[in-house]
Amino acid sequence: MTIERKEIEKLATLSRLAIDEKTITDVTGRLSSVLALVDQLQNADTESLQEVSRPFHISQRLRNDEVKETDQRDAFQAIAPQTHNGLFSVPKMIE
Amino acid sequence: MNWETVIGLEVHVQLATKTKIFSAASTAFGATPNSQACAIDLAMPGTLPVLNKQAVNYAIMFGLAIDAEICQESVFERKNYFYPDLPKGYQTTQLEKPIVGPGSVTIQLADGTEKSIRIHHAHLEEDAGKSTHEGDLPYGMSGVDLNRAGTPLIEIVSEPDMRSAEEAIAFAKKLHSIVTSINICDGEMSQGSMRFDVNVSVRPDGSSTLGTRTETKNLNSFKFMEEAIEREVERQIDLIEDGGTVAQETRLYNGDTKVAKSMRSKEEANDYRYFPCPDLLPVLVSDEAIDELRRSLPELPDARQKRFVSEYALSDYDSATIASDSNMSAFFETVVGDSNHAKLAANWVMGELSGSLNNAGLGFTESPVSAQQLAGMVARIADNSISGKMAKQVFEAMWLGEGTADEIIDAKGLKQVSDSGALEKIVVDVLAANAVMVEDFINSEESKRKKKLGGFMGQIMKASKGQANPQQVNQILLQKLNELL
Amino acid sequence: MHNYTIAELVKGLQNKEFSSVELTQHFLDRICQLNDDYNAIITITGEQALTAAALADKRLASGDAPAMCGVPILHKDIFCTDSVRTSCGSKMLDSFIPPYNATVVENFARDGAIMLGKTNMDEFAMGSSNETSFYGPVKNPWATDCVPGGSSGGSAAAIAARLAPGATATDTGGSIRQPAALCGISGLKPTYGRVSRWGMIAFASSLDQAGPMARTAEDCAIMLNCMASFDEKDSTSVEQTVPDYTASLGNSVKGVKIGIPKEYFSEGLHPGTELAVRKAMAQLEAQGAELIEISLPSSDLSVPAYYVIAPAEASANLSRFDGVKYGYRCENPKDLQDMYCRSRSEGFGEEVQRRILIGTYCLSAGYYDAYYGKAQKVRQLIQQDFSEAFKSVDLIMGPTCPSPAFKFGAKGDDPVAMYLEDIYTIATNLAGLPGMSVPCGMVEDKPVGLQIIGNYFDEARMLNVAHQFQQITDWHHQAPEAM
Repeated sequence: MTIERKEIEKLATLSRLAIDEKTITDVTGRLSSVLALVDQLQNADTESLQEVSRPFHISQRLRNDEVKETDQRDAFQAIAPQTHNGLFSVPKMIE
Repeated sequence: MNWETVIGLEVHVQLATKTKIFSAASTAFGATPNSQACAIDLAMPGTLPVLNKQAVNYAIMFGLAIDAEICQESVFERKNYFYPDLPKGYQTTQLEKPIVGPGSVTIQLADGTEKSIRIHHAHLEEDAGKSTHEGDLPYGMSGVDLNRAGTPLIEIVSEPDMRSAEEAIAFAKKLHSIVTSINICDGEMSQGSMRFDVNVSVRPDGSSTLGTRTETKNLNSFKFMEEAIEREVERQIDLIEDGGTVAQETRLYNGDTKVAKSMRSKEEANDYRYFPCPDLLPVLVSDEAIDELRRSLPELPDARQKRFVSEYALSDYDSATIASDSNMSAFFETVVGDSNHAKLAANWVMGELSGSLNNAGLGFTESPVSAQQLAGMVARIADNSISGKMAKQVFEAMWLGEGTADEIIDAKGLKQVSDSGALEKIVVDVLAANAVMVEDFINSEESKRKKKLGGFMGQIMKASKGQANPQQVNQILLQKLNELL
Repeated sequence: MHNYTIAELVKGLQNKEFSSVELTQHFLDRICQLNDDYNAIITITGEQALTAAALADKRLASGDAPAMCGVPILHKDIFCTDSVRTSCGSKMLDSFIPPYNATVVENFARDGAIMLGKTNMDEFAMGSSNETSFYGPVKNPWATDCVPGGSSGGSAAAIAARLAPGATATDTGGSIRQPAALCGISGLKPTYGRVSRWGMIAFASSLDQAGPMARTAEDCAIMLNCMASFDEKDSTSVEQTVPDYTASLGNSVKGVKIGIPKEYFSEGLHPGTELAVRKAMAQLEAQGAELIEISLPSSDLSVPAYYVIAPAEASANLSRFDGVKYGYRCENPKDLQDMYCRSRSEGFGEEVQRRILIGTYCLSAGYYDAYYGKAQKVRQLIQQDFSEAFKSVDLIMGPTCPSPAFKFGAKGDDPVAMYLEDIYTIATNLAGLPGMSVPCGMVEDKPVGLQIIGNYFDEARMLNVAHQFQQITDWHHQAPEAM
């Protein structure tokens, strides 16, 4: 299975990656070879099978509804790229 | 051509848990920005979710309340998209296996008819944070507060069973009534505790295929919802009648400016790439756990309404009004319990008290007049100690914190005079002092006499400083005048 | 001192042959001298290490020292360490200093181990050669023109070069076992859920598992005793008692049934590697183990299934690196989308971006069933193969990887050639089974690894057999010439 250049562009948009013109041909080639590998899956007979969950994990553990976290805003915001008055700053979002 | 409106709702209900759905951070409303966003809520590298038991229980309780099937093995999935208020770059939600399966809700309409609205499913998910674009921010920047990120939600998805704004509002109000009655949501619409997405389409009367729908997102008041639906229906009909077609799109309605607009149609570019979240395991719910929750489920609004009719002989209207609000119901039942007078209690709770609370923007749990106080007043009305008019004064004084009904009655000297000897003396004195009026009364035709009684009543009430029991006065007055005829 | 095993160091410390400060200083000196040759360590935490060592000496003196008190180790830079930069081998996290510890890091601190620093790795653990690290490739101490394997190449190379007696590592498709094999050390990937994933930066959540690397199986047992725990903070952590993995090391291998999957000895396996592995198994047979040929018929599907599942999960796991809350943000973004796209493309390396694109593709509308859905079903086939095999055998053995360490750039052009490096290790990750690699020979003067696969939670038996093998061989004691 080969992948079209246009498809790569769409995937890049979905995953918020800037793929430049120079590398797009290279990426297209490499992705096609990986897809050729994973296409081997299509030969497998999985008719009778469910999508798997794990073999020995039976169910999700549940946590009691008790507040245990304290305010650590200063520690977290100290490592943030940009903050202002306790808010994380990002380029303006346009609705 | 006549058009039929078709409406479906997606309702986001914030669950009233103490902590987030996947972290032990507080969900309290109104905290300092980002002070309640812990490492998990911020999607710090290496952090992992652990599911809040109470959130699961609340979702199940909702399912039981709408008589839905509870999925005994529900699965969380990741819904992938980028937005600054979504820290992980995906929302943890449910898709293929939601915890609550199909159910239904009955709505009552103004003409007295009932209608059943089907619920497609309800699922558990996490709320996103909030972005601000105004205020003191660096130029060209928005600010992100992640306190709300990870607040547990159930999203309730209805079938497109509603045919008018009235039905949609009735349905929304009914859901509000249910979730607040079973205490899984505080119901504070102004704080975003319930948010509605409205899917609207129109089709020619009699058509069986659905028209193209639009989705108006994030409405947080019944009033705005009604306006948004009415405008959207009108817009779609105008559009079609002018030869256009409705585009499937997401819209926003601004309740303050009354302007609706299309959100730039990026819908097509969206591909959420759902897949089961590998950090969470299937949520298994046992029959025993469901049974236990069923047993502990508080009374539902419909059952409460029926009980109010049978237990307190309230009218359908009164019982429905009170039963729809669990806090009002609790208040009402305390007043009845302490005063033993259901009809009067209902009138005061639905009337004067509701009105005052509404004006003050307060809920029943925050009422300055306690249920015990109101019961004390109702009891004085019931035993004729005070008149309805006096009661209004007493209520106002209680509202201002001047004491119990009895204290206020004493302090203001409002006690109604019901001593017949004293009343008879006042009546006789007034008649003696108004001989001309008495003469006029006697000479009047029988049919006109009744009208003239009012004049005497006024004088008598004035003489008694408003404290005479009007029914008794009326009786005595008639008797005295008849003696003169 | 740097030639001592962890077991020997524990004894030496307890018998006061040397202090933890001396020992720590010794390893720090070696790191200073030699790390430039191998580039195995990204961050050295000398000052903190010496402070912790002084404390450990006090505890040792007081007589109630915990199991690993005073023993210096390294942590793979995928584990979050409070106040110490945790880069995950990426420019994206070059300046990321977490204010919290991974549970694995906490466990080692609790048991008195001393952190010397953080080891180099393939970026976000995506790679089998350690060539994708933002901090440059790690060199194999046995042949510095060759790769150390990956993604835990820094940990493996550091141990081989005697820069530390043990190190933590993680394994998503072979990232503990393959570098252990290529660097001639021992490494264990435990059963999925045995070791907490809290604070370990996720690559593919349903496959990632942390484990120990050291020179001997015994040292791996000591380290696993410390690492393994039930952790409420990880929903996939298994609530099961942790046995003392050192307790059964002395058991005889007599009667242990060892399955040899014929699919692991097929085309593509280096003849020298095959010879070494078969010889190792024969030695165990001579000790009384029983060799049984088995089949794992779906083996050839494991690499394709893995290269759907792992990138799919990674594509979502790596969405949090968006330049908003922490990590790299591009200069002067012109708008929000520009900030996202450039921060991510400038912050992530090529291989990471490639895997994000593949994962996004496999999950996207119209392809989900053919790829992700199908791969999850295939995963079940692979599990069934193993559960069928474990009905008749106790352990499964074979080569860890197809050939010894290859030269830098040798598999640079074709990602698939690199992916096939993990052909024998990936299936255990898909099944959630424990796997380990121990040195079992030399080919072209480079080490060869014997892979031991156990049933769920059967790490004690794997360590026991590996330890017994190391009682009759000395591959694990061999050191690169430079040492």
